[in-house]
Formats: sequence, C-alpha cells, structure tokens
Amino acid sequence: MRAIGSLDWRGGAEPGREAVILREARVVDPRAGIDAPHDVVVREGRVAELAAPGSAELPEAELIEAKDLLVTPAFFDPHVHLRTPGREDEEDIETGTRAAAAGGYCGIVAMANTDPPVDNPAAVESLRERARAEAAIPTGFAATLTRGMRGEELTDATELAQVGAVALSDDGLPVCSAGVMRRALQYQALADLPIALHEEDPALSGAGVMHEGRVSARLGLAGIPSVSESTLIERDLALAAYEGARVHIQHLSAAESVAAIERAKGAGVSVTCEATPHHLTLTDEAVMSLDARFKMNPPLRAESDRQALIAALRSGVIDCVATDHAPHSQDEKEVPFEQAAMGVTGLETAFAALYTDLVEPGLLELGTLIERLGAGAAALGFEPPTLVPGAEANLVLIDLEREWEAGADGWESRSRNSCFAGRTLRGRVLVTIAAGRVAYRQRSFAMGVAG
Amino acid sequence: MRHLLSIEDLDRAGIERIMERADSFAEVGRRDIKKVPTLRGRTIVSLFLEASTRTSTSFELAAKRLSADLVSVKAANSSVEKGESLRDTVATLSAYEPEAIVIRAPHAGAAQLVAGWTDAAVVNAGDGKHEHPSQALLDVYALRARLGSLEGKRIWIVGDVLHSRVARSSAQAFRMMGAEVTLCGPPTLIPREAADALGCEVTHRLEGLDEADVVYALRMQRERMEESYLPSLREYVANYQIDARRLGPRQLLMHPGPVNRGVELAPEVVDGPNSLIAEQVRGGLFVRMAILYELLAGGERPRAGRERAGAQVSAQAPIGEPA
Repeated sequence: MRAIGSLDWRGGAEPGREAVILREARVVDPRAGIDAPHDVVVREGRVAELAAPGSAELPEAELIEAKDLLVTPAFFDPHVHLRTPGREDEEDIETGTRAAAAGGYCGIVAMANTDPPVDNPAAVESLRERARAEAAIPTGFAATLTRGMRGEELTDATELAQVGAVALSDDGLPVCSAGVMRRALQYQALADLPIALHEEDPALSGAGVMHEGRVSARLGLAGIPSVSESTLIERDLALAAYEGARVHIQHLSAAESVAAIERAKGAGVSVTCEATPHHLTLTDEAVMSLDARFKMNPPLRAESDRQALIAALRSGVIDCVATDHAPHSQDEKEVPFEQAAMGVTGLETAFAALYTDLVEPGLLELGTLIERLGAGAAALGFEPPTLVPGAEANLVLIDLEREWEAGADGWESRSRNSCFAGRTLRGRVLVTIAAGRVAYRQRSFAMGVAG
Repeated sequence: MRHLLSIEDLDRAGIERIMERADSFAEVGRRDIKKVPTLRGRTIVSLFLEASTRTSTSFELAAKRLSADLVSVKAANSSVEKGESLRDTVATLSAYEPEAIVIRAPHAGAAQLVAGWTDAAVVNAGDGKHEHPSQALLDVYALRARLGSLEGKRIWIVGDVLHSRVARSSAQAFRMMGAEVTLCGPPTLIPREAADALGCEVTHRLEGLDEADVVYALRMQRERMEESYLPSLREYVANYQIDARRLGPRQLLMHPGPVNRGVELAPEVVDGPNSLIAEQVRGGLFVRMAILYELLAGGERPRAGRERAGAQVSAQAPIGEPA
C-alpha cells in the first residue's frame, strides 16, 4: 500500500518542515486502539510523538491549544467529483480540494466522468500536473474503465497505471455489458488497478428520478427501484468471484445491495464498498419537498434501507464512507425536480452530518465513524491515516461541541448544492493536517489562535 | 390560502368553502349578465407550458367572468420554446406585477417553484404527473351537486394511475370529503406502494366494481402500449373498459377528459344518463372562479405588497353585482 502523501498536491514537492504541537487533545484512533489525552507532536511530515498531556516541548513548533478538542486520523474520500476538465464553473482542483481539507480530509480520489472523460494517459498526466500546482491536499485521479465511458472497449489500463492513475471507474454510468465487465476484471490481473463500480441497471432505472416507493407514488415521479442497483451488484460479484478479481462497489443505497455484499464477503469474494453521508442520514421522505437538493443517483431510499446501511457500516460490511461530492451549478438545480441534475456536494459536511445524525443519537460509535471515514484509503490501495508515532501525519482537530449552520458562512466548494445546507450540525473541523502540513484552519479558530 | 399548489393545501373546511363559493358563482352564471366586478383591475397570468384545452379555457373564462385582466401565455409560442428557463419566464411575467399566475407545466413541482419566485398567488393547473388540484375540486363539486355529500361513498378510480395527476389529487380530495377510494388498474400502471401513499384500496380487476357508487375512469394513452406497460389496447379494453354492461344503473360515471371513446369508456356510457362528464366541465368554471376569488379576494390572504397594484377590493365586496 502507498502513502497518501505520495499522491499529487501542492505540498508534495518537498517534505513538510512544519512542526506543530496539539496540546492536551483527546486523541482517538480506533485503528491503533488509542483513546486518551495526549500532546500530539507533528514534525517533518510525521506523527513524531504522542506525549503526556502538557509535557511536549519543541521550540520551533506552533502550539495549538487543543484542550477539550478531539484529534483523530484525518479522512480519505475515495469518491469525489472535481468537475475538471469541462465544468470548472462548478468546481476545480483548487476549490474541490479546499472543500475536502475543510471537511477534515487528507486525501481524495477524483472520478473520471469529466467532459471529456479521463480515458487516456495524457489526460491523467495533465490532471496530475495541475494537482501539483493547485491541490490543497493529496489527490489521486481515477481513469475510466472503458473508452469514453461507452461501456464498449477497455481503456489502456497498464499505460494508465504507469502514468499514475490510481483506479479505474466509469462512475456515473454502469458497465452494462457483462462481457465487457468480465474482460475488465480479467485484465486487472495485469494492470493491477482497483476497479470502482457504479451499479445500476438502466433498463430498471428507466426515466426514474427518485427511489421507487411510497413517496414516488404520492408525487407522481418515476421511480428507480432498489433492485436496479442490487441486481447489477449481484452480477458483478459473481463475475469477480469467477475471475478472482477485486472490486470496489460505490455508493450503496439499498438493503438488497447490502445483503448481496454480505453474502459475497462471506463467500470470500474480494470486494469493498462505500456508502455516502446522505444515504446514511436521509430518506426519500426528504423528496416530498420536491427540492432538487435531494436529487442524486443512487437516490435517497426508504428508512429500512437507511437502517440496513447503518447496520452494515457498524458491522464493517460497508468498509468506508465516501461523499460522492458532486457539485452542480444553481442553474442545474433551480428547475423542476425531474429536470434537475443529479448529485449533491458533501465534503464539507460529511463528518458533522454523520456525527450529528448517527453518533449523537447512539446509532454509531465515534471510533467506528472515524475509522470508516479513513478506510476509503485502504479500499483503493493507500495506507489509511493513523496516529501511531512514526506514521505520516494525517490528522484532524475537531470541536465536537461546536454547533454550526451548514452553509451559513458560505462554502469552500464553488457549488452549494448541499442537502444539509441550513441545518444546524454538531462537530466542526478546526484544523486539517495532510502529510505533515497544515492544509486547513477554520477561520474563527485561526483567529482564536492569533488572538 | 396563499397558493393552490396541492390539494393538501386545503382541508375539508377549505374545500367546503370553495364549494359554497362556487355555488354562488353558479347562481351568477344563470343570470343574463354573467360577469362580476370582483377582480376588476387585477392581473392574472395564465401560463400553459403543456397542451390543454379544457383547463386553460376554464381558468381563462373564470378570470374574465371575475373582470380580471388576463394575460395568456402558451408554450407553443412562448420564449420557453426558445429555451428560456422557467425561472426567467416567471421573472419576465412577474414584471407586470400579476396578482395570480395559473400554471400548467410538464414537470412535478413546477408550480411550487414558481411560488417561490414571485409575489403572485400561484395556482397549480397540473404539474407533470404530480397534482391537479382544481380538477379535484371540480370533481368534488360535481359529485356534491349530485350526491349531496361524499361521506361514506365508494369511489373507484380505474385506469392508468401511475401517470395520472388527476388520480393523485382527486383521490386525496375524495378521501378528505369522507369517501372510500379504490384504485383499479393493470399492475404495471398502479404505482408501487400506492395503497399506502394515497390511502386507497388497490385492485387489478373490475370484479367488485358493483360496490362502487362512483366510477371514475382515467384516460388511457396509446404511448403506454409502446412503452410495454400493456400488451395491447385490446387487452386493456377487455379488462378495464367501462361499458353499459359493467356500469350499473345507480352508478355515476366520471372522467377528467378528453375521453378516448372506445378505449377506457364505451361510447354509450359517455353520453348516458349516469355520466357526470359534462357536469364536471360546467362546474369547473365556477370552481375555478371560486379558487381565484379565494386567493385574490378571500379573507385569509395577506394584503402586504398588494396595495401597490391599486386594486382595492374588499373581501366583503358583494360578488353578485353585475359589472
């Protein structure tokens, strides 16, 4: 597994020289079994020491008073849309990674369904170069699994791997042909890249715009049945098992999908999967408002689906949280629901939304949430963030008591199509350190430090 | 009531109030001069972004009978056809400071969006497959005129419920007025969880239709065959067409129009003695007058921001005075 800091970003050219002491923090790292007060010392890009509270001293270090605050491993998002190239009016590498840093992320992987899609080595190289100039945190780029995302011919996977694509995915679209999917899985033995799959049978989704169920019946909106997702997942799990390939299933939304993955994991299939904060916290009831901020694909589903996702996140059947951060312009959202673009932003609210809606009501342990927010790294072949001394310093300082209204102070993202906008959330990211460098400071906290 | 976007904007008392108002307009309709000055000096925009004959005609005539100034915009020759967004279209029309916008649109929630963009009262005249509240009110009006009360009546809605905004609004309205509603149609054309969503019984066969006091047939569009919702029109006719054999002598027949004669209804029942279809259209005018009155001259409407129009119409103004 590679270090997150080996991905491209502005801070990657030389090793971090910054030294920081987070004094008297509550340190929680479930991966390392740590939950105790410490002084966290960051030096030369690494977690140098977890010292006894109040004891650490390092003359050149910036001192951050972290009493009553939480320090945990930072988060890794395996599923982000940076809209570059093509829709820089909605997001670009700089704004998207700034949003990620503000959400506590130390690394992200950008999907390839841009305009044009990232389906060739030159496109990957050009994005990597831009990330080295613009990205606030380490950023990886997926390339498409098939040329032009048409689902017909495979992309040049070995060459894409050589130029540094970190995964293959036609995310946004399924690979409809079982034959093409099988060839892609066979070829993985040579190219050795993770394959991330958007699972949806378009013959079943049809013209659907929301979950098929009670709410779609009431609103007269065409439904996307949950079996549209689960049947294609079952197909690809069967193919992966047959070919001995490994697959990462994106944005699970339905209880049937959870059951399929659980069975496959039990049978030894090499599969990881993710769920989004919005599928874990909202249901199709939100669509009763006909507000296009609640329109995304896969759609928000029923409460029973949400409960299945939460249980699977708790048990580990769902490996990680991914935001599927999907920025859209206001023009694409301020239209009737059926015409609106699918997708919601998520990087800046992921932790707070999940902490508020799952941890506070007692549905999920804080430690489990932190672990799942970082586990997306391992799913795509990166060392997950940890606070074990000597590890690359990927960590986040959080005020769990802080309440804030999502979006009230604006967004780091260029888009504002958040399904949490206007909600009062609890838990605010104050500082994000990525690969040893301070990548983000919350404005009011930064002022507090200065004053 | 600020807007009429969904039938759920009204409760039973609100529906009754509109029924009574419609009755008084029906009384005016029997006079030589059928026009009243109630909305003189007020501007109503009728924005129809989808083909419609009866609804647009009915609303427009209702506005004229109330002496409002009417601006009528149709999709076929509007800037929407040229790619202007709904929001920009509404902003343009709002510049004329209309008191009400009556909108028909092909997408669910369009009227609700418009309500957020304008100071005008918005009437949903059909939004996609979502709702058609004025149709629901005129359906209640026609039944009330014939039956007195809907309390305890059994109403069967037969046909393509999946694609029907009429079914969604009218089923809710009938239930609010105390009726029991059964949805009957092919399994492919009844939405999943419809019983729960709409609070109705669901069946796929006409057996048991004889229990119904009212049979409400929906329009069956030919495109549904192409989309393989149905094997053939012949099968639909065989299983669901309401004809003289299936319709009992004491059962009332309704339809939102336009009727496909020989498909959902046999020709003989359309014009038969049980048919309320013509009464639905006739009463629709008075119900739509009542809706516009309720929104623009009814007592509950906040007056803020309306005075600028200079149209001082008292809520207590007698409505029966000829213009």
